[in-house]
Amino acid sequence: MHVIVVGLSHKTAPIEIREKLAVPESRLGEALGRLCSYEGVREGMLLSTCNRVEVYSVVEDVEVGHERIQEFLADTNLSLSSEQLTPHLYWYTGDRAIAHLFRVAASLDSMVVGEPQILGQLKDAFEVALAHKTTGVIMNKIVKKAISVAKRVRTETKIAETAVSVSYAAVELAKKIFSNLDEKTVMLVGAGEMAKLAARHLIAQGVRQVRITTRTPQHAIDLADKFGGTPVPFDHFKDEMAAADIVLVSTGASHYLVGAEDVQRAVDKRGNRPMFLIDISVPRNIDPAVRHVDNAFLFDIDDLTHRVQQNREERLQEAEKAERMIVEEVAVAVEWMKSLEVTPTIIALRNRVDEIKRMEVERVLGRLSHLSPQDRELVEGLASSIVNKLIHRTMVTLKAEVNSSNGPAFVEAARRFFHLDRPSSSELSEADRSRYLAGRSHTSDREEPESVVHKQVR
Amino acid sequence: MASVCFMITMALYLAATISFLIYLLRRSDALSNISLGITAVGFLVHTVALAAKAAASSSSSHPSFFEALSFFSWMIILVFLLVEFRHRIPVLGSFMVPLALMSLVSAAALPETVPTLKPVFKTLWVHVALSMLGAVGFAVGFVAGVMYLIQERLLKSKRFNVLYSKLPALDFLDRLNQQSIVLGFPLLTLGIVTGAISAEFSRGSYMTWNPEQTGAVVTWLFYFVVLLGRLTVGWRAKRAAYLTVVGFACVILTLVGVVLKGHGDVS
Repeated sequence: MHVIVVGLSHKTAPIEIREKLAVPESRLGEALGRLCSYEGVREGMLLSTCNRVEVYSVVEDVEVGHERIQEFLADTNLSLSSEQLTPHLYWYTGDRAIAHLFRVAASLDSMVVGEPQILGQLKDAFEVALAHKTTGVIMNKIVKKAISVAKRVRTETKIAETAVSVSYAAVELAKKIFSNLDEKTVMLVGAGEMAKLAARHLIAQGVRQVRITTRTPQHAIDLADKFGGTPVPFDHFKDEMAAADIVLVSTGASHYLVGAEDVQRAVDKRGNRPMFLIDISVPRNIDPAVRHVDNAFLFDIDDLTHRVQQNREERLQEAEKAERMIVEEVAVAVEWMKSLEVTPTIIALRNRVDEIKRMEVERVLGRLSHLSPQDRELVEGLASSIVNKLIHRTMVTLKAEVNSSNGPAFVEAARRFFHLDRPSSSELSEADRSRYLAGRSHTSDREEPESVVHKQVR
Repeated sequence: MASVCFMITMALYLAATISFLIYLLRRSDALSNISLGITAVGFLVHTVALAAKAAASSSSSHPSFFEALSFFSWMIILVFLLVEFRHRIPVLGSFMVPLALMSLVSAAALPETVPTLKPVFKTLWVHVALSMLGAVGFAVGFVAGVMYLIQERLLKSKRFNVLYSKLPALDFLDRLNQQSIVLGFPLLTLGIVTGAISAEFSRGSYMTWNPEQTGAVVTWLFYFVVLLGRLTVGWRAKRAAYLTVVGFACVILTLVGVVLKGHGDVS
């Protein structure tokens, strides 16, 4: 069993390709079904966002699996030929595939490193795959692990702590002036897009009151409706400014609408309570001389952009920490993958000896029909205890060697000692064979460990 | 026993100070818990030291200046730990722990016992304790003021450095400033009243206008005006921060006055 990822992202494919390949939510189920109908594809999950389309899968054979998934992707959009598609595709297997999934989940592979949406998108993709039963033991474990790794990265690094958009940078600055935005009032002067976005962020952070003024009164009334605020006539907005803790200005005016003396007056009226002014207009609408007014803090678009730039750089530094965490976590996941190979062996061993015991007990008890029920129990108990003692050390050793480099050798040895793989007829005596076949008529040994896996997988 | 504990306390506060200062200048938050841990252990040892000292001295003996400053330093750490516990602002430690260390060191640097007033009444203990609690309030106000001024300067000059990201919001610092003054002022008032009563009993006069008493009265008046200004004409934010920094200088001068008076009494 191999974990594999095949896909493309903003790093390898232009939007023209990505948008063609993207699978709409309504068609995800059908696509997943198709994916898993390919031979040798055991499990599958499809992560389709505007920045990436990726197939995560568990396949029996790496090369074949890779080809199948490429075929699948090419079939997903018929207008896209495989010649067009293939150059944009990347693929990883084994620990590198797991590492890729972890990096994607932790938003290290995102266009804006540390953006939080991708984790939600991954969870959704996983939910859909679960709903369509296209994931099994391996994918379930690995994806859940990816989600927990992403959470660990988020809490233990500062990768998502700082603002990387201008509108959010305004909120971040506001929080350095007001620890709690709950009781604050924001005034929106003009209705530039960025200002509206910033206002929305502020409202999401709990700002209590929104006052809106625009040159066109009707526009202010409409916006007030939208934001649940109150409109303020444009002529007196300067007088009302004292009531606002945060003033967001973005109008199309070509001159300073707010002068230093206006702000000074507002601050005086506020009894020197600090005031936060953001000027997102170009040309600027607030006189830069406001910076000389005590307890008024003015930031313009350049300040915000500068802050965003700085935050991006900080995020990249934090990303390095996250990468180290991922290396650790991948090692854990790979270890688990290895143990998975031992588990079916242990199960097969258990079944094999139970089978032998059952057969022998049945044979002996058939001859000893005079025994009382208690005596029959004793015989059964004897058989059980001999069998258990015989295989005990083997079981313990197998479990203990799971993580050692000898692990596969032990698994191999156990399989041979206990005939867990289908034995070739020449290796068996006639008596062995008849007994073997008598006990195993319903299924072959070879299938057994896998059928266990199947049960877990499906 | 007590003096060994004081030495250990000082060593731990020194370690915590260094750790907190490194924490302040580095992006990583890793050191905050370590610094906090050292401080907490130092605080426990300090508590033991104070308890041992209190147990050793009889109730009739008078408090030494060393004990007063040690108590002051202990209270600073206590307040820090309480605020930290409530608001999770480890950066406060980068300012308050050095302050506690400084007061402890200066206490140790003084002659073993600078005598205060002649022991007449238990009111003396009450006087020292109340005055010191008042000073703790003003010290916290001072720290909040300094932090406010730094953060204000960083915001105004748009320098978003490590310090900026670690310091809390301006209005939080202003509130901390206000609360500590509001708590410190009545304590100082009571401290002065009990001091005057002690003086009346020991010297037969409420006021002799020695450096200590003069300093205390000036400090009291100063903070009275600061509080009044805040409540009436909006002396908050930056101005309040400046004023509390100045006010704390008055507190220090008063304490120096105590030492001077002590020497005067001896000579």
